Formats: sequence, C-alpha cells, structure tokens
Amino acid sequence: MTGLRVIKRSDRRLIVRRGVRLSGLLTLALLAGVSKPFEASAAGAAAPRTFPIVYLREAYPAPGIMPSLLETQPADEGLAGAEDGTAEINTTGKFLGLNFKLYVETLPAGADVAAQARRLFTRGPAVIVADLRADDLLKLADAPSIKGSLILDMRTTEDSLRQQDCRSNVFHILPNQAMRVDALAQFLVEKRWTRWFLLHGPTQEDAVYAADVRRSAARYGARVVAARSYDYSPGSRRSDTGYQQIQTQMPLATQVGSDYDVLFVADETDLFGDYLPYNTFDARPVVGTQGLIAAAWTPAFQSYSALQMQHRFELFAHRGMTERDYGAWLAVSIVGDAVMRGRTVSPAGIRAYLRSDKFLIAGFKGQGLTFRSWDQQLRQPVLIAQPLMVISMSPQNGFLHPGNTADTLGFDQPETQCRLAP
Amino acid sequence: MPSRPMTGRCTALLVLAVVVFSFAATARASELFVSNEVDDTVTVLDGDSYKVIATIPTDQRPRGIIETLDHKAVLVCDGDSSNIDVIDTKTLKVTRRINTGPDPETLAMSVSGDRIYVSNENNALVTVIDYATGKWITQVPVGIEPEGLAVSRDGRIVVVVSEETSMAHFIDTKTWQVVANVLLDTRPRVVVYTPDQRYLWASSEVGGTVSVIDPGSHQVVHVINFDIPGVDEQYIGPVGIRFTADGRTAFVALGRSNRVAVVNARTYEVEQYILVGQRPWQLTFSPDRSKLYVANGLTNDVTIIDVSSQKALKSVPVGRLPWGIAVVP
Repeated sequence: MTGLRVIKRSDRRLIVRRGVRLSGLLTLALLAGVSKPFEASAAGAAAPRTFPIVYLREAYPAPGIMPSLLETQPADEGLAGAEDGTAEINTTGKFLGLNFKLYVETLPAGADVAAQARRLFTRGPAVIVADLRADDLLKLADAPSIKGSLILDMRTTEDSLRQQDCRSNVFHILPNQAMRVDALAQFLVEKRWTRWFLLHGPTQEDAVYAADVRRSAARYGARVVAARSYDYSPGSRRSDTGYQQIQTQMPLATQVGSDYDVLFVADETDLFGDYLPYNTFDARPVVGTQGLIAAAWTPAFQSYSALQMQHRFELFAHRGMTERDYGAWLAVSIVGDAVMRGRTVSPAGIRAYLRSDKFLIAGFKGQGLTFRSWDQQLRQPVLIAQPLMVISMSPQNGFLHPGNTADTLGFDQPETQCRLAP
Repeated sequence: MPSRPMTGRCTALLVLAVVVFSFAATARASELFVSNEVDDTVTVLDGDSYKVIATIPTDQRPRGIIETLDHKAVLVCDGDSSNIDVIDTKTLKVTRRINTGPDPETLAMSVSGDRIYVSNENNALVTVIDYATGKWITQVPVGIEPEGLAVSRDGRIVVVVSEETSMAHFIDTKTWQVVANVLLDTRPRVVVYTPDQRYLWASSEVGGTVSVIDPGSHQVVHVINFDIPGVDEQYIGPVGIRFTADGRTAFVALGRSNRVAVVNARTYEVEQYILVGQRPWQLTFSPDRSKLYVANGLTNDVTIIDVSSQKALKSVPVGRLPWGIAVVP
C-alpha cells in the first residue's frame, strides 16, 4: 500500500531515540499508580503521575528499490509521530500533573509475535500503539498474554481487519482500502468521470483493492469498462535506458479497446503504478494507489490547522510528516484524550470511552473524529491528493447519509461483516 | 418622491447637501479594519456605506486584529512574519512594526493600553510586549497552539486558550505564572469575559460547544450545545463570541454551519441562528453596538447584522480569507 511517500529535502540526520526501551522485566504496573481521575491543577503541583504507552513495531526488512529516487522510508517513520504526539499530550499532562511515557519496543524481523508478547507483557493489561503489518497485528491481538490490553492500530489499511478479522481489542486509525477507494470514487463521480479502466497488480492486496473499485463503482453509479492485470515487473529502475523501456511497456499495458475516463490503478506494493502517469496509451488521468491517491494525511496538507501540525512535526523530526507518522501521532493523541478528558486509565475503561459518544478527537479534518462502533474504525474525511497538492477531501458534497456523512466511506453498519466480541 | 424638473430651490438644496456631506466626510464615519489572511492586506470599510476606503498591504498572513484604546491605531498580527503591523487610523498606513517572536496569531491589550499580549501559535507561548517601546517584558509558556486571549477588567489575569492542548490557561500578570488550567472541549479558539466579569465563555471549534467557566473556581459550570435543523453537527464549529453591553445576549460565530447563534446569556438557551456567509469565525460590534460585523472566511465578505432585529442586512466583499475585524469610531 502506498500513501503519499516521503519526499525528503534534506539529508537524513542521525535518528536519536527519544523513547524509552521497554525491557521484559519493566513494569507496566505503572498503571497502578494512575488510579485517580485527573483534576486540573496549578502548574508545579505535586510530582506527576506516569502513564505508560507501549509503541510496538517490528524491524521489517527495508523495502527494495523504490521507483522514484524522491521516495524514501525514514527509519523513524511512525515512531517520530508517536514521539511528537507524546510530547504534545505531555504539554497538556504537565498542567494536570500527569506524564505520559512512550516505551518503544522493536521486535526482530520475522519474530514470533505471540511469543514476544508473552515475554514483554508480564504485568497485566497495557495500552499498545501497534506499528505492525496486518498478519502480525492479528497475532498480537490474539495473543493470550495481552488479555485485557488495548491496541491502537496506526499502520494497517487492510479491509479484512475491519471485516471478518476484526477484533474487539483493536481500534484502527488510518482509513482502510474500501474507505480510500470510496473517497476517490466520490470525487470521480462528482467530476462525472465515471468510466473506469481498472489495472491491477499481482498481489492479494491488489485483488482486494480491485474488488473495492468494483464495489465503489456499483455504489456510486460508475462503471468499470475495462479491467486488466499487470504482473510484469518493470525491472528497469536503475538502468540507463529504464525510461525507454517504461515508455514502451506502459502504453502496451494500457491499450484497451474501450473508451474510459480515468485509469484506476491497484498497485499496493508500488511495483509499477508510478510509471503510469503520462505513459498511458490514451491521454487519461491515473488515480488509485498512485497518481491521484486517497490518504489520511500527506506532507502537503495545510487546511484546518494542519499547517501548524506540519510546522511542529518538521521542527521535531526534521522531515515531512507521512501518513504513518500521522497515524502514530493520532493514536497517541487518542490515548491522551481518553486519559485526560475521558478521565479513565485502565485499558478496559479507555476502550469503553473510545466507544462512547463522549469521545471526539481532532485530527485536522475540520470536524471531530469518532470510532465506528461496529468495527472500531476511525470515522474520518479522507484527503484526495497528488504528490505536491491536496486536491479535495471526501465525502464530497451531495453524498448523503442518515447519520454521519463520513460513513459514506468504507463499510457502513448494514454491510459490516465484523462481529465484535463484547 | 415624485420626479419634477429641477428648480433653483432644488439646486440650492443639492448644494447644501453636498456641503453637509463633505463636512460629514471630514468628521469621518466609523471604520472597519478587516484582516485578509491570504491576501496579506487589511481592508478598510466605511462604517456607513460599507464601501472599501483603502486596502492596506501588511506583512504575511495577517490574522488577529484589534484597535488600541485611544483608537489611534489598529494592530494586526502577521503570523508568517513574526511581527505586528501598527496601522495609523488617520493615514491608513502601516507606521510601525513590532517584533513578536514566531507565528503571532492573536493579540490583546492590557487594561491601561501599555502592554500587548500576543499568542505565538507555533511556540506555545504568550509574549508580553511593552507597547511604547516594543520591548518584550516576558514570555509565558502555555499549551500548544495558543490562540484567543482575554484580559480581566482589573488587569490581574490574562486568559489564553490553546487549541491543541484544549485548555484555558490563567496567567497572573504580577508574577507571569500560569496559576490555573481548565480542560475544555476539543480545539478551543476564543475566550471572552462576560461584561459583568462573572464568567468566561470559551468556544471549542471541533468540540462544537461553548464552555462557561467560573474564573474564581476555575471550573466549567455550563456547556452550551448547538443544534441546527438540517445541518450536520460536525459542521458546527463555534469560534467568535461577542456579548451585548447589557450582557444578556451573546452572539457566537459557528464556522462551517454558516451561521451566527444568538444565545440568551442568562439561560444559555440558543434563541436563533442567523444565516451569514460561509465559515464565519470572528465577529465584532459597531461602536454604537447597533450592528454586528461577521468575517466570512470562505465567501470573502463581511456580513452586517442588525442587532435589535437579529437579521442579516447584507454582506459586503473584502479581501481573500477575511479573518478578524477591528472597528474604530
């Protein structure tokens, strides 16, 4: 899956770990010290109480060569957002006599997540911000040793985790695939670009994304007039004549008999999608996982006070804020809100608060964000963006819903396949 | 009036009218100063005709704007230029720039007019500046994204709300310490003392509410909710608040719901919603308080509301993304 990728303008500086490592022996029973609700207090009152947040990630192998030199994956992607978020909720916490501490734990690549969880979570329920891929997230959620813990998933976008594989101890921050496709689809329908050529890659995620495109077409009255799979690897990234090969391959791949308005690309692993714009056989725009994309955040977004957030993050991390950074920042902000405004400290209490109508978090979208009760997905407007510019934000005007218009994006209650355990 | 051929008498009347009009012009009606965030200008409107008198270039990203107590100047925060532009209200020119530190968003004046308080949005600070010399007296650390400021009538307390931290911070002006913090609903923007000083009202833009704070106990004593038939609640974003002089009525600008709420300040009942331009944020009264002026960010205009009838009279165009309004009699 791609969001908008990081465009770095400066050299990567040494990443300094600002978080604290969580050792197996380290106590999460710190929670026990935080039992009373927090009252606003004069600054400099009694010693602050500490509230722990565990940031759990895995040292996944670095991705291969990205199609564009401008794309990088910062080593602290995600974590920097969590650290910045922790600093920010501590600004509020400072005034309330409360200190949030981020415990960063990095599992080795290919780790047995359940076994690692057994090693790490020995002192009772914890609040975990999970920077894990879908399969690992599921293993963590099902690990007996984290019983009673709360997981904020700040990374995944897979539909399955919001549908048949949903879990009652997991809350999802970033929009899932179907939400993204619906966000793009509404934009296209609003523009009356309703004839789509679907070009999808070879992976399972691509197949899910492609199914979402067909689902959105049916929902909004658009049509997939042509569909094709692309499974040739354009192995020309670093060769001198790479662009010539691409200039030959892409028109071939996109020459279809039907007339269409836009090419909808499903390439979740960034294999070929970025080669499509200006290389299609017909003069058509490219939308989907590349080209015009849907995302919760891009480093170019500046509306609804997002500009201030971009400034703060740049000062903190010395680079632009990616969608994963935003997901982590928002996850930590949600914990801060639950503890300070929701006045709840146990994972079970936080879960109840996040599911209640008292909960509302600001995420620079011009409206408060809440969780859907049926699959615990964060309900949110979604940005429509090209690499340097945010073009629009969905839901689009005119797409109505009896409840919240943001529920026109993704899986609404009547169509959910999620059955949460109470 | 029926039309007639112009007589000598009519001509005389006309001449007289011209003389009277030009006399009035030298006396000058009230003026509105509107900060245009995107244009880097302040639009000056005539308070009678609402015609544009001048468009004053400012530094970058002008937002918070107030008039001085003596009405000789209008001060506007230039967020991207780290200073305040001082506009002479006679010459309508920027005559002075005061350094504020990074990203000033709004400002307030001390009771005696000798100091200005500035919220530095990017730095989580309130900067206190001596107005005469432009020297910094102190900087007070507060929550993240500080914005609206209120000064108590006795001058002892400055209240600032911080958007990201969602708090009202009470600053003692003797010690420059934060003496109390009150947690508010999400993303507070504006805080105002009631005319009798008994309460503070703070608007929460994303929370969609106005909190009524007791400044003595530092407790929220009431939360005002808004419910507009046919408008999704996520579009209700309260920002600007103004009270009538008698303190009985409050006007609250509601952002993307494109309305100003009329609130009974005794019972906290919302009595009416007045449709204005798109995304009203800040609002202010005319000098005689008969009119309420509302800056509409997305329609680039100012709506004029008749206070007694609570009706919008008309909207007049200004620059792009009008943010706030100062009025000089």
